[in-house]
Amino acid sequence: MADMLLSLDDLAVHFKVGNALAGGVKTLKAVDGVTLDIKPGECLGLVGESGCGKSTLALAIMGLLPPTRGTIDVGGQQIGRGTMPDRMEMARTVQMVFQDPYASLNPRQTVRRTLADPLRIHGITDKAEVEARVIDMMAKVGLRPEQADRYPHEFSGGQRQRIGIARALILKPKLVLCDEPVSALDVSIRAQIINLLLELKDELGLSYIMISHDLGVVEHVSDRVAVMYLGRIVEQGGWQEIFEDPRHPYTRALIAAIPDPFHRAAISAQAKAKGEIASALNPPPGCHFHPRCPLKADLCVAEYPPLDAVAAGHRAACHFRDRVI
Amino acid sequence: MPKLKGGSSLWIGGGLVAFAILVAVFAPWIALTDPVMAANLMNAEIPPDWEYPFGTDAQGRDIYSRIVYGARVSLTVGIASQICNSLIGVTLGLTAGYWGGWWDDVVSGLTNLMLAIPSLVFALAIMAILGPGLFSLVVALGLTSWSFSCRIARAQVLSLKSQGYIQAARILGYSDLRIMFTQVLPNILGPLIVIATLGMGGAILSEAALSFLGLGIRPPFPSWGSMLAEARDQIRTVPWLSVFPGLAIFFTVLGLNLLGDGLRDILDPQSTTRRG
Repeated sequence: MADMLLSLDDLAVHFKVGNALAGGVKTLKAVDGVTLDIKPGECLGLVGESGCGKSTLALAIMGLLPPTRGTIDVGGQQIGRGTMPDRMEMARTVQMVFQDPYASLNPRQTVRRTLADPLRIHGITDKAEVEARVIDMMAKVGLRPEQADRYPHEFSGGQRQRIGIARALILKPKLVLCDEPVSALDVSIRAQIINLLLELKDELGLSYIMISHDLGVVEHVSDRVAVMYLGRIVEQGGWQEIFEDPRHPYTRALIAAIPDPFHRAAISAQAKAKGEIASALNPPPGCHFHPRCPLKADLCVAEYPPLDAVAAGHRAACHFRDRVI
Repeated sequence: MPKLKGGSSLWIGGGLVAFAILVAVFAPWIALTDPVMAANLMNAEIPPDWEYPFGTDAQGRDIYSRIVYGARVSLTVGIASQICNSLIGVTLGLTAGYWGGWWDDVVSGLTNLMLAIPSLVFALAIMAILGPGLFSLVVALGLTSWSFSCRIARAQVLSLKSQGYIQAARILGYSDLRIMFTQVLPNILGPLIVIATLGMGGAILSEAALSFLGLGIRPPFPSWGSMLAEARDQIRTVPWLSVFPGLAIFFTVLGLNLLGDGLRDILDPQSTTRRG
C-alpha cells in the first residue's frame, strides 16, 4: 500500500439533517464505507447518478469535509476522524477541477492573479519565477500570454475551464480530482478539454480521479472504473472489464443508458434500471439497488452483498455477480 | 453618446451629496458671516432678504451661514459613524458567515439584540454617558446601527461559500482570512456600499434627533439638529428658523437615499443594467 498515491479505507461521511424538535434528526449517509486505491499515473473513473455521493467523496478527499469513519491516506498524509490535514501540504499533493467553470473562478480576479496568488502563498516570492510559471502554465493549457490580464467574464466556457485546469496544476500536484469537468460545457468543446486533460496527464505524470455521470467520458479516459450507488461502491475494475463484462445490474443499466445508435451493445432494454435513485436518508434494506433491479430475489432484500472479486482486480457487490446475462 | 448607467436617481442623488460635501468642505468661503461670533441682537429674527438669504435667528446670526457650517457636523457624523458601523458589521458578518458554528450563533444573537433595541435609544444612552460633542456623536451612532451591514454581509457570505472559487481557494491553501478578504469581500462589496450609503442618511437623521434632544452638538455651535431644536418654540412666529435647517436635512438624506438606490441598480448582480 505504501506506493499508493491515495488510499481510502472504509471511508464514510455522514450528515445530520433535520431538527431535533420537528421530526427528529436523521443521518444522511452520503458516503458509506468506500475503499479505493489510486496508483501514481493512474486514472480512476468514478461514475454514478446524481445524489450517489460522488461530490461528497470528492470534498472529503480534498480535506474539506471531515470523515465520519475510516481514513484517507493521501501523499503520505492521513485524514481520519478528528485528524485534519496540513492544508498547505495537501494543496501541493491534490488539486481539483470543478464542474461549473462559471462559478469556480473569482469574477474579480484576473487570470494572472488567480494563478500567481497560490504560488506566492506557497512561498515563491521571486517575481520573475512567479511570472514565468504563470505564463508557462497558461501555455500548457492553451491560453495566450496576453490573456493573463483579463477577467473570467471575458472568456468562453471552454477557456474558463482551461483557466480552472491551470489553477489546479499551478502547484504541481500529483493527483487531480476532476468533478464532472466537461458536463457544463458545450458538446463541441468537451472533446478538446478531455484531450487537454489527457495530454497534461502524460506530460506532467499526473493521476486523475474523473468523476462523471457520463460513462462515455469515463470510458475514454479511465484505466479503472468504480461505480457508486447510494454512497457505496457497487463495482470496480479495469475499464475493459467494466464495459465489456459488467457484473452488477446497476453498471449494466448505466451502460445500457449510453445512447447507442448502432446497437453495438448486446445489452437489452430489460437491463435498464426502473425508477429513481432512492433517498440516502432512508436507503432500502439489504442491497440498496434491489427496488430497481431486474435480478431481485429474497436474498437481496435481506442482506447487503459484499464487494467480492469476480476476477483479479474486478469486484462487484451483487449476490448474483456470477450470473452472466 | 453612452447612456447614463444607474438612471436618474444615481445622478440626482450623487449631485445632491456632492453638493453637500462641497458646501461642507468650502464652508469658510461660502458662508457670509461667522456662524457663532456674528451674533448681533439688533439683527434678530430678520426674515429672508438679500442680505440674509435664509433670515436670522434670535441672536441675529445668519441662518444661511449656520447651515453651511452645520453641513460639516452632519456629514462628518454621517460618514464617520457609518464607517464605524460598516467596519463592525462587515467584520462580524463576514467571519460569522464564513466560520459558522458557535461564533455565528454569538454574532446572530448580538445582531438580533441590536435590532430589538431601538438604535436611537441605545445611542441616547451612550451619549448620556459620554456627554455631548462631535466625537461622542460619532461613537454613539457608530456603535449602534451595524446590524444591517452585518446581516447583509453574513447572508452574502453564506450564498458565496459554496461557490467553486471559494472551495478552490481553500484547496489551494489560502488562509481563512485571505479567503475572506480576497475572495469573498470583493464579491459582496456592492450591496454593502448600498447599505452604507443608506445608513449615512440614517445617521444624519439620528444626529439631528440627538442634537434636537440637546445631546448632540453643544450650542452655540451650529448643527442642523440643534438649529431645529432652538427653532422649536418659534415655529409659528419665525418659521424660517426651522424651515431651512429642515430642508438641508431633507435634501441631504434624500440625496443619500437616491444615491444608494442608484448604486444598487448598478452593483446588484441581479440587475440587468450591470456591466459584463
